[in-house]
Amino acid sequence: MRVHVVVSTALLLAASAGCTGPWNDPYPASDRASNTLYSAFVERPKHLDPVQSYSSNEITFTAQIYTPPLQYHYLKRPYTLIPQAAVDVPVPWFEDAQGRRLPDAAAKAAIAFSVYEIHLRPGMRYQPHPAFAVGADGRPRYLGLPAAQLAHFFELRDFRETGTRAVTAADFAYEIKRLAHPRLHSPILGLMSEYIVGLKEYATTLKQVNAAMVAEGRGDGWLDLRKYPLAGVDVVDDTTYRIRLKGQYPQFVYWLAMPFFAPVPFEADRFYAEPGLVSRNITLDWYPVGAGPYMLTVNDPNRQMVLERNPNFIGETYPTEGEPEDAANGLLEDAGKQIPFIDRAVYSLEKESIPYWNKFLQGYYDASAISSDAFDQAIQFGGGGQVMLTDDMRDKGISLKTAVSPSTFYMGFNMLDSVVGGDSERARKLRRAISIAVDYEEFISIFSNGRGIAAQGPLPPGIFGYREGDAGINRYVYDWVDGAPQRKPVEDARKLLDEAGYAGGTDHATGAPLVLYLDATARGPDDKARLDWLRKQFNKLNINLVVRATDYNRFQEKVIKGNAQIFYWGWNADYPDPENFLFLLHGPQSKVKSQGENASNWENPDFDRRFERMKNMANGDERQQIIDEMTEIAQREAPWLWGLNPKEYGLAHAWMKNRKPNQIANNLLKYQRIDAARRATLRDRWNTPVVWPIALGGTVIAVFGLLALGAWRRRERGKGRVDVGGAL
Amino acid sequence: MLRYLIRRVLYAIPILIGVNVLTFTLFFIVNSPDDMARMQLGVKRVTPEAIDNWKRERGYDRPLLWNETAQGIDHVRDTIFYAHSLRLFTFDFGKAESDGRDIGHEIRSRMWPSLSIALPVFVVGLAMYVTFALLMALFRATFLDFAGVILCVTAMAISTMFYIIGGQFLVCKLWNLAPISGFAPGLGAWRFTLLPVAVGLIAGFGESSRWYRTIFLEEINKDYVRTARAKGLSEGRVLVHHVLRNAMIPILTGVVVVIPGLFLGSLVSESFFGIPGLGSYTIDAISSQDFAVVRSMVFLGSLLYILGLILTDVSYTLVDPRIRFE
Repeated sequence: MRVHVVVSTALLLAASAGCTGPWNDPYPASDRASNTLYSAFVERPKHLDPVQSYSSNEITFTAQIYTPPLQYHYLKRPYTLIPQAAVDVPVPWFEDAQGRRLPDAAAKAAIAFSVYEIHLRPGMRYQPHPAFAVGADGRPRYLGLPAAQLAHFFELRDFRETGTRAVTAADFAYEIKRLAHPRLHSPILGLMSEYIVGLKEYATTLKQVNAAMVAEGRGDGWLDLRKYPLAGVDVVDDTTYRIRLKGQYPQFVYWLAMPFFAPVPFEADRFYAEPGLVSRNITLDWYPVGAGPYMLTVNDPNRQMVLERNPNFIGETYPTEGEPEDAANGLLEDAGKQIPFIDRAVYSLEKESIPYWNKFLQGYYDASAISSDAFDQAIQFGGGGQVMLTDDMRDKGISLKTAVSPSTFYMGFNMLDSVVGGDSERARKLRRAISIAVDYEEFISIFSNGRGIAAQGPLPPGIFGYREGDAGINRYVYDWVDGAPQRKPVEDARKLLDEAGYAGGTDHATGAPLVLYLDATARGPDDKARLDWLRKQFNKLNINLVVRATDYNRFQEKVIKGNAQIFYWGWNADYPDPENFLFLLHGPQSKVKSQGENASNWENPDFDRRFERMKNMANGDERQQIIDEMTEIAQREAPWLWGLNPKEYGLAHAWMKNRKPNQIANNLLKYQRIDAARRATLRDRWNTPVVWPIALGGTVIAVFGLLALGAWRRRERGKGRVDVGGAL
Repeated sequence: MLRYLIRRVLYAIPILIGVNVLTFTLFFIVNSPDDMARMQLGVKRVTPEAIDNWKRERGYDRPLLWNETAQGIDHVRDTIFYAHSLRLFTFDFGKAESDGRDIGHEIRSRMWPSLSIALPVFVVGLAMYVTFALLMALFRATFLDFAGVILCVTAMAISTMFYIIGGQFLVCKLWNLAPISGFAPGLGAWRFTLLPVAVGLIAGFGESSRWYRTIFLEEINKDYVRTARAKGLSEGRVLVHHVLRNAMIPILTGVVVVIPGLFLGSLVSESFFGIPGLGSYTIDAISSQDFAVVRSMVFLGSLLYILGLILTDVSYTLVDPRIRFE
C-alpha cells in the first residue's frame, strides 16, 4: 500500500511538472522538438561590449551578434579571410608623408601611410532594440525618461517598444572611436594607437573631456564621440569608410575580422547612458546591439545565455567550396542554402566537468570537449596507435573531430639570466642539452592523453611558415628516422652539457652542482605530478631543478621584472599569421624592457632584422624563406624549449550537422544544423526513468518506521508492566 | 532588553570594522592593485598605461591604509581602505571589478536560488535530525540506538563531495530521475532543487543527529526527567514535552545563528549543481580576485553572523523564561 503511495506520488510530481519526456531533462518540455542548439559555458563572460571583449568565453557570444567587416571562410584551410559586413576584403593603398598616393610596389621606406577603404553591404539592419524605438513625436522613445518611470525597468525586455535602423559606415567609425573611450579600457587600444593615425591623441582628448564631465558630476553621462573627429578614420558615405594607418601593417585585415571593428550605433551608447540603467546592469556590456545572425535575448550569465535568430539579419549563404574531403564528409550538403539554420541557441553555465560530460552523454548538450577524466570513456587507441572512439560512443552515434590548435605551450629561458641566458656558447649548449633531455613526447603521452604534438619551433601547424616532415624538424633536438622525428639520445645532451662546462651536472669553474630554478604556478595534485616529472627530466643530466611554485600574480610579476630563470608560458593565436607567433621572440618587445610579449627577453639582431621584413610581407616563397631562416636561428639559440602544440578533441552527437573544427573563427553557430526530431527520439531512449529505487527507498523507510513504531509500543507496554509490578 | 540589543548593535560596529581591516589586509598581502588590474584586463597585450588607467579609475592608485602625502584627516580618507571598504556600512557595495556590474543587484537576485536550497535543507533537516536523535534517545542502549549511531558515524565519515558526485551518478545518470545540474526561475526550480536538498540533508544527517542525541541523553538523566517518569508519563511524552523543551537552548545555539546566513548559500554544492546563488558568486569572486565582491560578501557574512548571535540571545528568552538580559 505504502509502496503504491510513493510511486503514485512520484508519478504525480513528474506529471505536474509537465514531464512528458525524460524526468532528467533540464529544459522545458515545450522546447523538446524545437530547432534549438544546446551548449554550455564554463566561465561566465565578463564583457560583451565589442571594444572590451577579448576572451574566448566572451567571443562565443559576441561573434554571433556583431558583424565586423570580415570573417574567416568556414571550410577552407589554410584559414582564409572573406567579407562579412564588407563587400570585399580591402586591399590597402599606400601614401607618402605628404599624403600622395604611391604605387603598390613602392619601397617600404617611402610608405608613410596605408589606407584601407572598406565598402559595406547595403541593406544591413540592426536587431530590434529599444535604443531605436521612436515615440509619436519622432523623438527617441526612452530618452530622458523621468527617474520615477525608469524605476520600473529592471531588464532590457522591460522596455517594450523596439525599433531598428540601417547599419551605416558611421557606425563602424563610431566603434573605432570607442576603442579610445576612457571608461571602456579596450585591450587593443595600445596596439591600435601605434597604427591608426591620431588614435593616441584621440584617447588623450577623450580623457580630458571625460575628466571635465566627472568634474561636472556627469561621470556616467553619455560621451558623444561624434563631436570629436578621429583623424585616421573618414566616413566617405553611408556604405564606405576609410582607415588610415601609420606605415604598413598587413596583419590589420585580421583585426577587421574581430568584433573590435564591428558597427555600434551611437543610439546604443546614448540609451545605456540614461541615468539609473547602469546600476541595474542595463549596459552595452551586458546587452549587445548587433546586426549579426543572432541576438542575445536572455542574459543571465549566472545560469543561462540564449541567442535567438535576429529577424533583421541581412542573410548569407552556406559555403559552396572547401577542402577536398569536405564533400565526402557531408560538409557541403547545405552548399548555397540560406544561413543561419538554427533558430535558437541555449548556453548553460556548467562549471564542473562531471555534470557537463554526463549531460552530453544524456543528449542534453549537442557537443562537448573531452576532459581528462572522461578521456578513457570516450577514446581508445587502435593497434597502430590511431585514435578511435570507444564502442559506447560509437553506439550512441557520436562523432569525433580533432584539430591541432594554433597555440603553443613552451618553457622559456630568461635570456637575461646569468646561467641559462645570454649569447655565450656555454649557455647556448646548456639550453640545447636541456631541450634534448626534456622529453615532451612523454609529457604529452602522460599528461595530455596524447592530445598534442611536440613543437619543433615557434610556429604551430596551420600557420603559414610551419613546415611538415623532415624539413620542419628541429635538428638540434631531433633526427629524422624512418619517416618520423626521433629525439636525440640523452647522451648527446650530456655531451653538450660537458662542452658547456657542466660535466656530470657540476660547474667546472666552481665545482658546485648545477642548480636551476623553474618558476611555475602550482594549483593542485596534477601540477605536482607534472613538476615531479620535470625534475626527473633534469635529473637525467644530474641538474638539480628547484621548482619555485607560486600563484599566478607572483609568477607574472617575476616574469615582468625578469626575476624568473625558467618558466612555463603559452600563447593562443589572435589571427593565423606567423607574425602573431614570431613577435613573441622579437627583441624590441621584451617583457623587461618594454612590457611586451617577449617573455624570455631574447634579443637577436639577425632574428629581429628578419622579423621586421617578414611581418610586412604577403605569404609566398620569399616570406617562407625568411621564416625558415628565423626558425633556424631560434632553434639554434634555443631561447625556449618549444614545448607542445595542443590537439583539440571534440565530440558531437549524430543529430549535429556541418561540424568542422575551426580554431580561428568564432562566428560558427550560423553554419550548424540540427535534426531536432532525431534528438528528441534519442533523448527519450537514453533517459528512461528507473522508478524502482523510489519504491525501494519508500519501502525501506516504511519498514523501518513500522519496526520503530512496534518497538516503541512494546517498550511502552513493557514499561507499564514493570511500573505496575514495581508498585505492587 | 532594548538596551541590551542597542549595546550589542554598537558592539557590532568595531567588530565589523575589524573584520573589514582584516579582510583588506589579508587580500592585499597576496594581491597588489597591479595584480588585480592585470587579472581584470586579461593576460594579452596589457600595457603599463592600461594598468595605470584601471587603477586610477577605480581609486587603486592611492596608498592602502595611510596616505603619507596627504594632510590632516586625508591621511586616512585618501586611501584605498577608506574609499572602498567603509562605504559598506551604508550597504553601498559598489560595482564588481571583474565585470563592472552592481553588486547589490547581484546579491538581491542571487539570494533566492541560494535560499531555495538552504531553506528546505534547514527546515526539513532540523525536523529530521531532531526526530532521529529523539528516536535514538528513546531506544538508547538498545540495538536500534547502536545501529543509529553507526549510521551517523558512517554518514559523518563520508565527504560531502562523495554525496554530491554519488547522488548525481545514481539519481541523475543511472536512474534518470532528476536533472544532473541547472536551475530554472520560479516554480520550475523544484526539479533542480530536489537532489541538492536531498544531498544537503544526507550530508548533515550524521553530525547533527549525533549532536542532538548527545544533548538529549544529557538531559534524559536529569532529576526533572526522573520526576516526570515517576509521575507515570510515557517515555514518548517525557521526551517530547520535557527533554526536547529543555534541550532547546543548546539546539538554538547552533541553529538560530545560521538562519540569517542561509541565503549566502553553499560554496561547493552550488558549483556542482549549477545553482546560480551567492555561494558560487563568492567562489567566482575569489578565483577572479574581485576584491569588491569578496569584501562585500565577507562584510555581509560577518554582519549576518552577528545578527544571528543576537537572534540566538533573543531566542533564549523565548524558550527559557528564567533568562533575562541585564
